[in-house]
Amino acid sequence: MSMRGVFLGVALLSAGVGIVPLRVQAEELLIHGFLQANYDMRVTGQHPPGPEGGDFLFGEERFQLRLDKSGEKGRLFIRTDFFHDAVANRPDLELREAYVDTSMGGSDVRVGRQLLIWGVGDYLFINDIFAKDWGAYFSGRPVEYLRVPQDALKLDLGTNKVSAEIVAMPFFQADKLPSRNRFLQFDPFPGVPRSTQEPALEFQNTELAARLYGTTWGFDTALYLYRGFFRMPALEANQMTAPTLITETFPRLVVYGASTRGNALGGVVSAEVGYYDSLQGQAGHNPAIPNSSFRYFVGYQQQPWEDFTVGLQYYGELMSHYDAYRATLPSGFPAQDRHRQLMTLRLTQLFWNQTLRLGIFAYYSPTDQDYYLIPEIRYSISDNLWMSVTGNIFGGRRTTTFFGQFDADDNLAITMRYEF
Amino acid sequence: MNEKLLMARCAMALFLSLIPGAALAEDPASLVRQSQAAFHYAGIDLKARVKMTLLTKEGQQRLRDLMMLRKNEAGGNQRYFLYFHGPADVRGTVLMVYKYPNQEDDRWLFIPALNLVQRVAARDSRSSFVGSDFSYEDVSGRDVEADTHKVLRAEALESRQTVVIESVPTREADYAKKLSWIEQVTFLPLKEEYYDVQGALYKVFTADEIRDVQGLPTVTKRTMTNVKTGHKTEVVFENVAYNVGLGEDIFTERALRKPPEKWLR
Repeated sequence: MSMRGVFLGVALLSAGVGIVPLRVQAEELLIHGFLQANYDMRVTGQHPPGPEGGDFLFGEERFQLRLDKSGEKGRLFIRTDFFHDAVANRPDLELREAYVDTSMGGSDVRVGRQLLIWGVGDYLFINDIFAKDWGAYFSGRPVEYLRVPQDALKLDLGTNKVSAEIVAMPFFQADKLPSRNRFLQFDPFPGVPRSTQEPALEFQNTELAARLYGTTWGFDTALYLYRGFFRMPALEANQMTAPTLITETFPRLVVYGASTRGNALGGVVSAEVGYYDSLQGQAGHNPAIPNSSFRYFVGYQQQPWEDFTVGLQYYGELMSHYDAYRATLPSGFPAQDRHRQLMTLRLTQLFWNQTLRLGIFAYYSPTDQDYYLIPEIRYSISDNLWMSVTGNIFGGRRTTTFFGQFDADDNLAITMRYEF
Repeated sequence: MNEKLLMARCAMALFLSLIPGAALAEDPASLVRQSQAAFHYAGIDLKARVKMTLLTKEGQQRLRDLMMLRKNEAGGNQRYFLYFHGPADVRGTVLMVYKYPNQEDDRWLFIPALNLVQRVAARDSRSSFVGSDFSYEDVSGRDVEADTHKVLRAEALESRQTVVIESVPTREADYAKKLSWIEQVTFLPLKEEYYDVQGALYKVFTADEIRDVQGLPTVTKRTMTNVKTGHKTEVVFENVAYNVGLGEDIFTERALRKPPEKWLR
């Protein structure tokens, strides 16, 4: 099956070479996109049970079409992906973005499916409370697929000095976690059936997010507010001693935060903080609801020599009501630290007029004692064609921590993309 | 105002050219300053479609196609909004630069596939601009005070009268010595030679075409050649327009995320 996938990918790629950008001048309709082959192999030889639990974590051929039409009054943008999932062997379609932009006075409105990103972290997220696809991230897919599009109404307003973004998201979107059919991972309730209970489609469940931002003295500074739900499921057992059903729920959450970044110390310095207020679990006595926490990170990025960049970040998560959390945590469950900490390191070197990129991004947690390494090689074969090889290496002292649980899922991804 | 300035410059240059050796007597730093004013600061603002062709020694070509929006601020500060139309894998990317003559630039990058604004470490303004043979400094100018300048001689370069200036850096630079052939009439650099610490020539700039745009002499074709690797970058400025009225709102994070359509084509 894998070889068939490779052949199909090559065939699709060669067909794609004939495609030329179309531009209908009079209408100002721009048509662009890409053709991509993307395969990801687990290299540990271990497999989860089931038909999708083979050596291929991921395999697909993908065709993206972007339609962009601008007029005097506004803009229409559609990004649609057509793909063939080679592991599940089925064709599929994904509407990645579909929105209308329009301006009213000094404010802009964007309505529809869109990608939203906030905060100043380098793959660390505090005030970036928008949905993410961790399975895509952990299997070496191009980074844009870490983002799960959301249906939203976004309002942009402000002056040249201070601006604001206000986002309303009526349809809840959970984070996409690595699939249990494809990833070997820790399960605190092995073998127990699960059901998911997402927030109901009610007006009162509309998520609201706001960001006030501006640049002062060269520092991009922002304040954030979010009212919605945790996107990572909380697990609720129907009975603690011998559960027969686990319900994944998404408790209510409010986040207050701030961030800043700018030139300092010969590089770029960044910092972000946020208070995660778990509205349903304020006293910390319910193990099925996450406790409130204070989260922060500081980061520094520098270019010591031409085409070489170093980035460092230090992240921490301080849990409120820790004693209550420990007291109610069922026995046998792995406990999170009171002050969970995480460091990241990024090294990137460009060669050959920036057409070849060698890089590594590494997470290490001194409290969880686990790590996640992402080495990458990317080469632009021509202005339209690039390929990359990405590794995803997990490990740790225990197999119950965030990265440590994927120890048996070390994988290698190959991507080739032709853009038009 | 600008035309008056140009007239004055031309008159001055004409006057100088009538007196052999007069330009040689001029303060070299002020000559370099005038040259920078003509080359990097012409007009109040500028809009130009910039097409860069990167050529390897073997003849492989890569294209960088961008819209350059530039606006002068007080104190020699400048703002750049560079919107990439091509190549395909960076289409829609925007690089925004706040340039300060004697302090690190502020640089932002907008990546459309992620709808993400990044801040870019800018310590090294000598590093390559988007993989070309031009550095950021070559694109936006180097602080006049960062070198000591000396007038070497007056020299005719293809029938154009130039003054040859030697610049030796007093602050970090990627060259140990630079020679500039500055035209006496337009003050534009017609040629620049960059020498390394061993005294070997490694990079050559040439202004290949100069056109009059709204009364301002403008380099519309230029080439930077890396003599050592044989790699070169040819740059063509198309549809150059000065004083188009770029507003402050273009050089903001909000515009990065939603580039102003009317200025991009």
